[in-house]
Amino acid sequence: MAKITKKPDKEKIGVFLCHCGTNIAGVVDIPALAGYTRDLPGVEMVDEYKFMCSQPGQDLIKDSIKKHKLTKVIVAACSPLMHENTFRKACEEAGLNRYCFIMVNNREHNSWVTEDKALALQKAKDLIRGAVARAFWLEPLEVKEVGVNPNVLILGGGIAGIQAALDLAESGRTVYLVEREQSIGGNMAKFDKTFPTLDCAACILTPKMVSVGQHPNIKLWNYAEVDEVSGFVGNFKVKVRHKATSVNFEKCTGCGICQEKCPVKRPSEFDEGLGNRKAIYTLFAQAVPNKPVIDRVNCTYYIKGKCKVCEKFCEPKAIDFEMKDSVEEIEVGSIILATGFHLWEAGQMPELGMGKYPNVLTSLQFERMSNSSGPTLGKILLKDGREPESVAILHCTGSRDVNYHEYCSRVCCMYALKFAHLIKEKTKAHVYNFYIDMRCFGKGYEEFYHRLLEENVTFIRGKAASVTDRAENESESGKLIVMGEDTLSQKLLRLPVDMVILTNAIEPQLDAQEVARKFKISCAGGGFFLEKHPKLAPVATASDGVFIAGACQSPKDIPDTVAQGQAAASAVFALTQRGKVELEATTAIVDEELCSGCEICLSLCPYQAISHNAEKKISAINDALCKGCGTCAAACPSKAIFARHYTNQQILAELEGVLNERI
Amino acid sequence: MAKLKIAKYWADGCGGCDVSLLDTDAKILEVAAIADIVFWPIAVDGKYSDLEAAKPGEIDITFFNGAIHTAEHEHIAQLMREKSKIMVAYGSCACMGGIPSLANTTDRESIFETVYHLAPSNDNPRGVEPQTRTKVPEGVLSLPMLYERVKRLDECVEVDYYLPGCPPFYKRVADVIDVIASGKLPPKGSVVGAKDKALCEECPRERHEKKVKEFKRPQFAQDDGKTCLLEQGIVCVGVATRGGCEARCINANMPCRGCYGLLPEAMDQGASALSAVASIIDSNDPKEIEKVVNQIADPLGTFYRFGLPQQRVRI
Repeated sequence: MAKITKKPDKEKIGVFLCHCGTNIAGVVDIPALAGYTRDLPGVEMVDEYKFMCSQPGQDLIKDSIKKHKLTKVIVAACSPLMHENTFRKACEEAGLNRYCFIMVNNREHNSWVTEDKALALQKAKDLIRGAVARAFWLEPLEVKEVGVNPNVLILGGGIAGIQAALDLAESGRTVYLVEREQSIGGNMAKFDKTFPTLDCAACILTPKMVSVGQHPNIKLWNYAEVDEVSGFVGNFKVKVRHKATSVNFEKCTGCGICQEKCPVKRPSEFDEGLGNRKAIYTLFAQAVPNKPVIDRVNCTYYIKGKCKVCEKFCEPKAIDFEMKDSVEEIEVGSIILATGFHLWEAGQMPELGMGKYPNVLTSLQFERMSNSSGPTLGKILLKDGREPESVAILHCTGSRDVNYHEYCSRVCCMYALKFAHLIKEKTKAHVYNFYIDMRCFGKGYEEFYHRLLEENVTFIRGKAASVTDRAENESESGKLIVMGEDTLSQKLLRLPVDMVILTNAIEPQLDAQEVARKFKISCAGGGFFLEKHPKLAPVATASDGVFIAGACQSPKDIPDTVAQGQAAASAVFALTQRGKVELEATTAIVDEELCSGCEICLSLCPYQAISHNAEKKISAINDALCKGCGTCAAACPSKAIFARHYTNQQILAELEGVLNERI
Repeated sequence: MAKLKIAKYWADGCGGCDVSLLDTDAKILEVAAIADIVFWPIAVDGKYSDLEAAKPGEIDITFFNGAIHTAEHEHIAQLMREKSKIMVAYGSCACMGGIPSLANTTDRESIFETVYHLAPSNDNPRGVEPQTRTKVPEGVLSLPMLYERVKRLDECVEVDYYLPGCPPFYKRVADVIDVIASGKLPPKGSVVGAKDKALCEECPRERHEKKVKEFKRPQFAQDDGKTCLLEQGIVCVGVATRGGCEARCINANMPCRGCYGLLPEAMDQGASALSAVASIIDSNDPKEIEKVVNQIADPLGTFYRFGLPQQRVRI
């Protein structure tokens, strides 16, 4: 497709001005704007309507295209993110190519941000003049369709990934569930009870885990990671690395004798360092799959070259010390990232004594302690084995704090209430909650708060400042002293307690940026994965066919996480059910007459769409992979690459239109 | 066919363009066979009065080299335009300003200050500066005015063809002479004696995906003699420059300096070269990128060495 090199002189441009109720019309003088627009070159007709996006508004466009034989259409309304597709479809239904349409953002870029009405009118005129100038250079583009592979990759086997996997597997899709740990289950598997219903996390999670393990449509790849992703919506190629487990899962029966006999003891990551595991281990008793892996860093055989106790006791001869990582390439049509969260290391706030005083616990450590299958078998115990007589729970540890994370971690208030309840239930200890605000916003949450108020728990409104063991009097001796302010009674406090529980901020996984790059999505707001739209496309991303679910998007409780898992599954279902997707037509193209083969563009393409044609000694762009981002077109020193729909001429014409009163 | 009448002039330039015509060796005899040289100050005896006496359109082709920096340059350019059927901007200075146009980074006052007062070789105890008119006992002496800004030829008169190069490569000059002799002239406004593709196309060096961690000036780099200079961290603006010179500088192991000017679709040679260089820095760390970028010596003189008055980016 050659690009236009001469400005076509005969265009019939239709301009439609949307009031958006009073959103635009309340600030921009629409009749004056219409009068001005009518006199611009090439403008055949101008019309206005209260809501252009409504059915009558769309019909107005369609009828005008037919009646005035319009060749280009401009709608001045809201952001293209909202209704560009609406109007493109309307144009197409009236027989006009969708790329012969321009949307002017007269709301977000103008009426919402301009108070002075005269200036707002001037700005609207400038923007429309720019669009008219650009309209002359627009060309119809051809939209192609490609098939969608029905298989799905889900990254992360926490509750979000599990739920999405089960829903999609039930619909008949083949699901590759890739989990980097030994078992699926994620953080939820560590929890004791869940708020506000107090049902045990394992009781509701493990049945789902078992279903995942048993489902014929789910390929559960634990102890695996994604190395590389290429391709595009509907047609991704993914290289998955199966990390060497040193255990042949085909042969292993999961009897557990190896774990019993292994002489190595390591702090258990699953028990948050409160308990031990072996060098050959499963994460926990109900692990799925229930087949162990060897931690090669700590296994005596890998360190010293001898031991092999596990091999000796393994009856089915499943231990394979020589096993190597293997890489498998799969083809999928869509991807769900459900990589969960990382608990913020409170060591960054040394004043809270984390790591210094053994009776200062993180939230997940307390979950493990309170869990009946945890290191203390569910007993709340101090390091010396005593039961605590008093416990302080400090809210907002690293959250809502400009020094660490500005955002609210969203679940801490509720699990702090749950902790208080569990401590009261299991011990005679008195419980103090140091809080900034109580945020109990979900179904049944406020009621749970009220229940706790009646359970004789002390709530102190004020963030705890520090924790120390320096006693100032007899009553403080041997205790941890929480210092803070009770802002309600306006008193400084020194509160001696036996145990302190932090509510560590929920933050993105430490490698979230790397994963985002791999899957060509972005991170924002504290480093969490960025959704396409916070309200209207919460599980979609800027990368078509890649969806996100759960706490990798932002801190979430279990109900919201499961809902997002299901939402992502339904988005994938819709995509695969249709079976085909339209390829973006606004791709970049190489002018072979101009390309000198300098190869500047090769390393720039974020979608690996550019290759070097060795025969012609020039660059070539794969249309199917190109997303039209324009990076190569901007960088090409020969300007031999141009981006369809955003050619230099189109951009310059628009700029000139905006800046120059006379076009 | 009657013999063509051709003229050549030297405005603000170094004289290399005049030499480049002589560089065509035996071709110059062909020129003599098809044309009479009616005016060429460096090679042929002639006076401005001869030029003034000529009838409009009497000269068939004028090759004008050098940029316009003084009132005299502009006056002669207008005169030659009037007397010539075809006006060729010959060489980088006439086409796009050339090296002299780097003067546009400063102003006349500063240039005078440096040249007549500060230069260590000066002996100017009275602090004299050149004046356009000076009264002496014998009468009034005049000197052309030095302009505030160096201009391209086509900022002063209409130009029919552009023959870039500093100086134009003799083979391309010979090609252009052949075209003139054949009478088959390209559309007016064309760039002649240069390619539409960037220099990379005719560069003999090996190219790969480019990732650069450090930029070096050529004299501090250890060139391997075969890999793309840009890949080796030597700023070469060949990526943003028309080919046609057959990579003269590269074959002498020096980077392209950009004398053949901007490419047909590009809008700003320096910006194009800059975007190419920016695209190959192998880092995502802003601090490191800043460090790498700062290794480029004299960015303005490097990226806009030949065409400051031609660019969209104006200073």
